[in-house]
Amino acid sequence: MTHLRSVPADPPPEGGGSVGAALAELLKRASRGDEGAFAEWYDATSARAFGLAVRVLRDRAQAEEVTQEAYLECWRHAARFDPAKGSAISWLLTIVHRKAVDRVRSAEASGRRDEAYSHKEQTVDHDSTAEAATASLEATRVRAALSDLTLKQRQAVELAFLGGYTHTEVARMLDLPIGTAKTRIRDGLIRLRDALGVGEVAQA
Amino acid sequence: MSEIHALSGAYAVDALDAIERAQFEEHLAECAECRAEVASFRETGALLAVAEAVPPPASLRSSVLAGISQVRPLPPEAPLPATEPDVRRRPLPRLLLAAAAVVLLAVGVLAWHPWQHDTTSAAEQVLNAPDAVRVTERLPQGGELTLVRSPSLGRAVLVGHDVPAAGSGQTYQMWLQQPGEDMVSAGLMPDADEPTLLDGDAGTAAAAAVSIEPAGGSVHPSEDVVAVFPLQTAGTGNDAS
Repeated sequence: MTHLRSVPADPPPEGGGSVGAALAELLKRASRGDEGAFAEWYDATSARAFGLAVRVLRDRAQAEEVTQEAYLECWRHAARFDPAKGSAISWLLTIVHRKAVDRVRSAEASGRRDEAYSHKEQTVDHDSTAEAATASLEATRVRAALSDLTLKQRQAVELAFLGGYTHTEVARMLDLPIGTAKTRIRDGLIRLRDALGVGEVAQA
Repeated sequence: MSEIHALSGAYAVDALDAIERAQFEEHLAECAECRAEVASFRETGALLAVAEAVPPPASLRSSVLAGISQVRPLPPEAPLPATEPDVRRRPLPRLLLAAAAVVLLAVGVLAWHPWQHDTTSAAEQVLNAPDAVRVTERLPQGGELTLVRSPSLGRAVLVGHDVPAAGSGQTYQMWLQQPGEDMVSAGLMPDADEPTLLDGDAGTAAAAAVSIEPAGGSVHPSEDVVAVFPLQTAGTGNDAS
């Protein structure tokens, strides 16, 4: 299809590179019951999985539960992973993120989530992760790409993805008309994707 | 770009409510462009997560590895037979829908006689309305729910068949969503097998849904949505009676 752009010559996103292929291979071996391969897969991916869960849930104990559930699901469903549809790491993180968000929302439904929200807290809350992150060149690229977004785009993407808020909640928090936050989220993701050189994934 | 495509970003980062998520997933099944876009956004999200990495405690590794040793990996899913598209869920082409709407309206206008609404209950009126359109959804926990909507009356009724009880301290709650707005409660459904009239204007609603909520109901639907009825595509595979 003509609308699929080629991946730029920049450092390839890890999903498509050799690291990505190695992860996909580990997952494939795991799907046949290879626990050693799964342990390797866990070691290569767990900091990102756990970090994402901590970021959304803001609670280490709950993040551990969610991460464990996600890895169990990953183990059970490894055979369903299709490398043609995306990278192994994004498959895992999609599972982690969905579980973390579902947990946050059901906690909210039963009134346990703190309604008060301060955007400062949200964006400054990188401290605990700073050490791990600065070590990574990739993290630096990500920060640069994020700083390239408009303020509203960045806030919308961060509140939705890292904060676990729905687009209608995001709209209320950022004083946007309902219905425009989803556009900001999408525009922000498109800009990030292009800045980070993520090629569109061809779909059957 | 149609309205639903604009949800791709919010879908990819799990920023849709349960109803919108279900609606978008129906769309996703048929839109290769959105699938590619969602996949590319998820790759982007995976990179964003790099900047958030936190090494988990060693105890988590032991629990995960102990956990998987007790669980058998599932075999790959059998590929879906290409010859059996799920007709029930496939939205009709726009024109056909528009035509169906016109026919329904015409039928509604012709068939809506004022003398019909005498002593019968509002729910019965909807069930017996000549323009009533039915959509049935199977529930994950068993049983099925049928939404009966009469465009001419602007009302809808939900009725269940073999629907298990919601559980102690819980109730089924009905929801209506007007185009571009959040889901609004359309009332509780204490006995799912009993025809229950939805509060609100079902004539203009874009979707109806049923969720399981704590007894007394909720202001917003929980994640436990058991059925979604996209009303714009209500012409699909229904038997208009």
